[in-house]
Formats: sequence, structure tokens, C-alpha cells
Amino acid sequence: MTGTLLVGIYVFVLAMFVGFEVITKVPPTLHTPLMSGANAISGISIVGALVVAGSGESQLLTVLGVIAVVMATINVVGGFLVTDRMLRMFRRDREGEEGS
Amino acid sequence: MTSDLFIWLAYLLSAVLFIVGLTRLSSPETARTGNAIAALGMLLAVVATLMDRAIIDFTWIVVGLLAGSATGLVMARTVKMTAMPQMVAVFNGFGGAASGLVAASEYLARGSSAAPLHMDLGISIMAGTLIGGVTFSGSLVAFGKLQGLVTERAATYPLQKTFNFLLAAAAIAASVYLILSPLDTRGYLALAVLALILGVLVVIPIGGADMPVVVALLNSYSGLAASAAGFVLSNNALIISGALVGASGLILTNIMCRAMNRSLANVLFGAFGGGTPAVAAGAAGGEKVANPIDAEDCAMILGYARSVVFVPGYGLAVAQAQHRLRELGDLLKARGVEVKYAIHPVAGRMPGHMNVLLAEANVPYTELYEIEDINPELPNTDVAVVVGANDVVNPAARDDPDSPIAGMPIVEVDRARHCVILKRSLSPGFAGIDNELFYLPNTRMFFGSAEKSLADLVHEVKTL
Repeated sequence: MTGTLLVGIYVFVLAMFVGFEVITKVPPTLHTPLMSGANAISGISIVGALVVAGSGESQLLTVLGVIAVVMATINVVGGFLVTDRMLRMFRRDREGEEGS
Repeated sequence: MTSDLFIWLAYLLSAVLFIVGLTRLSSPETARTGNAIAALGMLLAVVATLMDRAIIDFTWIVVGLLAGSATGLVMARTVKMTAMPQMVAVFNGFGGAASGLVAASEYLARGSSAAPLHMDLGISIMAGTLIGGVTFSGSLVAFGKLQGLVTERAATYPLQKTFNFLLAAAAIAASVYLILSPLDTRGYLALAVLALILGVLVVIPIGGADMPVVVALLNSYSGLAASAAGFVLSNNALIISGALVGASGLILTNIMCRAMNRSLANVLFGAFGGGTPAVAAGAAGGEKVANPIDAEDCAMILGYARSVVFVPGYGLAVAQAQHRLRELGDLLKARGVEVKYAIHPVAGRMPGHMNVLLAEANVPYTELYEIEDINPELPNTDVAVVVGANDVVNPAARDDPDSPIAGMPIVEVDRARHCVILKRSLSPGFAGIDNELFYLPNTRMFFGSAEKSLADLVHEVKTL
């Protein structure tokens, strides 16, 4: 095992703990927006997809990369927008504007 | 070198913004800015990546980004709140697929050089391929089930578990082989196909009522797939983000399982809701009489009550009657009745789904109560009104240790002074078991579709 992998594992395990700490504090009423929001975050693989799509190494890789970019972008853009749409609906009382 | 440094710092900042954003989801007050902060983190990561010198051609990137953004925008804008689980399932699938494709590209990019993969990279690539593939096809099946395209029933066949186990073992064996041998495009494709098949077979035997668990679990997988892609690229931003999502999905999976008092293994392999009609038949043997009630009498009970607790279930959402329910609640509040809504964790089709549906109908979240908060209040509640829910109010879960749903936490509506149940018929719920609640002396059945019954009640309460 190389140092990079070990560091990666360290980071992964610690981030899992951060995730557990942070997510357990999310109240059940927000679990659906949590899921769609976290979902959008998992679209971070767009970062890898962009590099593959733009590397110009071979046609096959460009095609795979572009497919990945499209899928990840749908995941990211759709995920954050729909989460915002849901969160806009949550209100403490009925004062304020009606409907969405 | 300076630009590399900038990119890595930008990634670090992105990861921090994700964590800050998620932290702000701890309250509905701050959640919206939290989501915006996380989105900002993502934008930063994308912009930083575009500065990577490895990217030499932007044409297709721009096309991909535009196509994806437009599609995502339209989906997010047009999706109905009832269809949210399907959409999250699709997004999960896309995220998993993107991570899988990144891993695949890294494998295929080696060209036909004879040397086997470096062990670390090999493990990461195979893990990314397997998790990404399973997430993608599994999510599509979950989408199909939620959308009604694939049978909601648990599809089972003989030796299912054995077969799935063998398939998983084959996938792992293939991974080991691919790590140890030189570039083998066909072998790699076979592994990818194996992962896709595995995803389908793992989700297909799970019944419709268990979809909340599956969607939460796939959510977790999509995070782990992103982490795996992060290991492939040695990119800590991906590893961190993926781990956060993985943790989130695991927590939600666990909450959903507890809400049904079942283990994850039981949900995944138990094929619930597939073979329980025998139980239903046995329980329905005795002569029991339910007491019906009409709109006028029901409106009287509600209108002159001091406190009313509504217990909405998925049937309410199917009937799109949440707006009517809110209308009735408002009328009662205007009469001085104390109105609360009791939300069971599995009331909707995904964690927190019912809360979103009621928020859409303009019910303030301060009126929504979790079971542990509402149950102590129910003995002092005048009327509990159950709309489109069944198993989650079945007292058998508490009283009958032999019941298939024994031990599942329930909303104890049977302890309220009166209980009114809005329902089409006396038919059993998802679990396929009879509900003795319908025959209790303080229970009244209000037969009819939820939308029509609530409209009638609104009308009658107005004329009180």
C-alpha cells in the first residue's frame, strides 16, 4: 500500500465520522431534502468526469467522459434545485406568501 | 505548480462548504442557505477543475454541462412532490453511473500497455466500477418500482439468495483477476455488465413498501461510488464528499429500518409483502363489525373537539388530498380546536416524504409531530383522524407478538378518546394484515376516497 492510498483511507474514515455527527442532527422533517441535497453532493464525481471528457486522449474516453459529465450534471443541478424548491415550502407559520 | 496548488485549495474549500451546508440542515430555518452553500461548494469544485491543465478540449465539456444543466433544471422544476422518491432514485443512479464511468475511463486510459495495474489503483477502479454499476441499475429498478413501471410486489424465484451470492462472488473474483492481469477490455466489460445485473437482482425482490429503505441505501451507495472515484483519482474532495453522502444514506437507512422494526438484512432478503396472504386470511376469520360514520356526524365530533390529531399516510398523497386536509385543519383551528399532525417515519415513500407533502400544502412544520412526541399526548386527545394510513396505526404491532409487524413503532391512535378512519374499505395495508383498530368501540370508519371524504368534512364543518 502506498502513502496516497493510506492518506485517502484516513480522509475517508474521518469524513465518515464527520458525516455521522452532522447528519444525526438533521431533524426527520428535513430527511427528504437531506437526501436530495446529499445526492447532489455525490455528483462531485463531475470533477473526475470533466477531466476525462476534456483530456482528448481517445474518442472512446471522450464519449465516456461526456456521458459521465451529462449524468453528473443532471445529478448536481437537479439535486440542488429540487432541494431548494422543497426547502422553500417549509415555513414556521402560515404568514407570508401563499403556495409555490 | 501554483495553479495545481490553487486547485487543491479550492477542492479543500469545496469540501468545507459541503460540511457547513449539511450542518445548516439541522433546522428548517437555516436549511435553505445550507443547500445554497453546498451548491456554491460544487460550483467552486467545477470551476477549479476546469482550470486543470489536463483538460485540453472544452467543446464537449460545454455541451455536456449545458445538456445536463438543462435536463436537471427541467426535472427539478416539473417533478411532483409525490414523485420525489422516483426522482431521487434516478439522480442516485446518475451519480453512481458517473462515478462508475470515471473509474472505467481510468482503467481503459492505460492503453494496451502490458503491465498489470498498480494494486492500489486496481482496487479503487474495481470498487468504483462495482459500486457505481450496482447503484445505477439498482436505482433504475427502484425508479421503475416507484413509478409503477416494474411490479411493486417482491419478485422472488427459487434459490434467489444463493444465485445473488454466487453472482457477487463472481464479480469479486473477476475484479481480482482484472487487477492482476494486463489490460483486458472484454474482461472489464464483463465485470461492468455483472455489476449492472447484480444491481437489478438485488433490488427486484424488494417490495414497494420497503422502497424508502432501498432508496436510502442507494443514496449511501452513490456516495460510496463517488468516494471510490476519489480513490481512483487520488482526489480527497471526492473522497470526503462521497463519505459524507455515504454516512447520510446509512443513517437514513438505519432510521427507516428501525421505524419498521426490521433489520436491513430482513428488508433486503426477506421479500416482505410477497407471501403473507395466509396471515391475512387467518386473522380475518372472526365476525367483527366496524362502526361506520357519515360526514355530518364526523364533522360534529371534529368541530366540537378540543384537540384533533391527524395521522396522514401515503394514501393521502396518492389521492392528492393533502391540500384538503390542510383546509380542514385550518377550519378546525379557526374554531379553536388544537390541531396537530402525527408523522410516522414510513408514512411516505422515502424518509421525510410526508413532511414535504404537507409543507407543499402549506402546513407549518411546527404542527408536525414525530411519533415519540405525539404518542404521550394521544390519551388526552379528543379525536385522532387517520387518513390513508393503515399499518402504522395497527395496535397489533404493539400488542400481538406474533404479528408480522410486531415491535414496529406505531402512532397509538387507539388511545385517543375517539378515532376516525378515512378509508375506502376494510382492506389490509401493505403488510397484508388485518387491522383490529377498525373494530374497536371508540373507532368510527368513514368510508370513501380521501379527497371526497375530506371535501365533505370541510363542507360540513363550515355549516356547523
